[in-house]
Amino acid sequence: MNKKIDTPATPGLAKSLTGITGLDEITGGGLPTGRPTLVCGSAGCGKTMLATEFLVRGATQYGEPGVFMMFEESAADLIANVRSLGFDLDRLVKQKKIALDHVRIERSEIEETGEYDLEGLFIRLGHAIDSIGAKRVVLDTVEALFAGLPNHAILRAELRRLFGWLKARGMTAVITGEKGEGNAITRYGLEEYVADCVITLDHRVHEQISTRRLRVLKYRGSVHGTNEYPFLIGERGISMLPITSLRLNHAAPTERLSTGIARLDEMLGGQGVFRGSSVLVSGTPGTGKSSLGAVFAEAACRRGERVMLFAYEESSAQVVRNMGSIGLDLAPWVKKGLLQIHASRPTLQGLEQHLLTIHDTVKAFRPAVVIIDPISNLTLERSEAEVQPTLMRLIDFFKQQQITTLFISLTTGGNGTGTGASTPEDSQVGVSSLMDTWLLLRNVESNGERNRMIFVLKSRGMAHSNQMREFVLSDAGIDLVDVYLGADGVLTGNARVAHAEHEHASAELRRRDHERNLLRLASRQKAIEAQIAALHAESQAEEAEAKFTMAQDSWQEANTRQIDAAMAQRRSGGKTNETKTKGKR
Amino acid sequence: MSKPQIIELRLYVAGQTVKSLAAFANLKRICETHLAGQYRIEIIDLLKTPALAAGDQILAVPTLVRRLPEPIKKIIGDLSNEERVLVGLDVQPARP
Repeated sequence: MNKKIDTPATPGLAKSLTGITGLDEITGGGLPTGRPTLVCGSAGCGKTMLATEFLVRGATQYGEPGVFMMFEESAADLIANVRSLGFDLDRLVKQKKIALDHVRIERSEIEETGEYDLEGLFIRLGHAIDSIGAKRVVLDTVEALFAGLPNHAILRAELRRLFGWLKARGMTAVITGEKGEGNAITRYGLEEYVADCVITLDHRVHEQISTRRLRVLKYRGSVHGTNEYPFLIGERGISMLPITSLRLNHAAPTERLSTGIARLDEMLGGQGVFRGSSVLVSGTPGTGKSSLGAVFAEAACRRGERVMLFAYEESSAQVVRNMGSIGLDLAPWVKKGLLQIHASRPTLQGLEQHLLTIHDTVKAFRPAVVIIDPISNLTLERSEAEVQPTLMRLIDFFKQQQITTLFISLTTGGNGTGTGASTPEDSQVGVSSLMDTWLLLRNVESNGERNRMIFVLKSRGMAHSNQMREFVLSDAGIDLVDVYLGADGVLTGNARVAHAEHEHASAELRRRDHERNLLRLASRQKAIEAQIAALHAESQAEEAEAKFTMAQDSWQEANTRQIDAAMAQRRSGGKTNETKTKGKR
Repeated sequence: MSKPQIIELRLYVAGQTVKSLAAFANLKRICETHLAGQYRIEIIDLLKTPALAAGDQILAVPTLVRRLPEPIKKIIGDLSNEERVLVGLDVQPARP
């Protein structure tokens, strides 16, 4: 691991990297340089492993040769034991990077007469240090001397001198010690002499799952993590999953990634999720979580990114086959090496072991996208207080590496039909605060069918849709469809289709109605026009009649005058004083 | 013992300290008294030859090692207690 370690500012105190995954982060840069560190714990908790790794990493990664002085097992035993961790001590000894010295004392062989000191031990150690130019020293387990040498007063004085001597020679030393009875840190009180840095190891079994834990009890002159950190002894030595840095300081890329579903990207501010963010997809069984994950994976592969899928429910072949049913062919990506499916049983190991496997495989494969399906299986029967910090460490790790993660989570809470006391939102409260984006899939039951719905419950740093969409799985993949919101509530599935048809039909009906109305209007217009014509004709007739009457009247008048005139002529016998006559009358 | 076996002894010291000088003097005296002519002493100064310390599993100095006869016996300290040295070397005290 060659990444830069975030070292808290502690000027004056030099630190030596141990190279042990996680320990350097907890201690803020390693063990105190040139000082002894006490590592204590009960039998079988990994003291020797830690000490060996400290030495091997120092010799191979940091150019600091080391001396391993053992008081219990022999050199041959140690070489054989650590070979399983991939450490080739034999080779390192030949390369003069590591010197091994087995100090064996048999009480039965030794007779004590008079005064002595342990100068012999000093000389041996000094010789070993000089022979390879060592910078690091391990004494494992120096307490064995208490059993071998009867005079403890001399031994204690000499041990005190030894630690002082190591300090004077500038050796970064790890001294292991057996855990004492009760509250004692070590059986013989070594902590009295080694006061700079004390690390305790512990091995506990809880509900049949054993977990090793490490704690930095004391680190004079330095900030350090004080919690207990679970650790594992794996194929690559000791591994701790610390909070990768004690502060939240990972970069926040602004690049956005498509989820592989255009409509979903639209709901997420139009561009999808941020690179390096964590996405939680939760839902009750059969809501299409895995399919969503597979689409996400496929989209990443299409962009040419590496994807790691951790499947805890289905085998690799099963995943590929089942995703074929929604028209998603993952096989070519697997063949191309862009997609790696890591399938295992969640009950195979404890949570820490799983997370370590995730760590290791992710480090080896270096994917851009990681999908864990489902995370809820990992956390089965574990208390939230235990799960959350561990998951936080994992999420921190991914963020540090800028890996986009999709966690799929099976919820057991209510299914949205109003029956259960808890809602799906409640069921993931513990993990959800760690997530940047939370998609909730839910089944909605209505009209005798269940339909899938998708919501964006939260999505940090972007405007996201407040709408629910219907989530449709077909052999052509995933599609999101707008739901119908009407007087009857939200309509999905067949009800939505029926509603759409109904709307279509009523639209047709309306169209015809309008046509009929138009026709009626037209005929009415025609009728009115006809009426107008009739009235017009009538008025013309009336006018004609009136004219006729007028003509008749004037004719009659003229006629009457004529008659009068004729009468007057006739009466005057042809005389012309008709006017006079007429006037006299 | 018709032909007494030679006892091979090695005294490991670290420099000419008070303790190492005392140990050598004590050893010489004990051997002359009880093992005259049957012993051989080799003094090893670990300051000069530190590589030899690991071979005989030396921790404390001074350490007296009886290399022969087998089994190997070790006596640590300045050898001031003659009786214990003789027990440690598995040697019968000679009758004066």
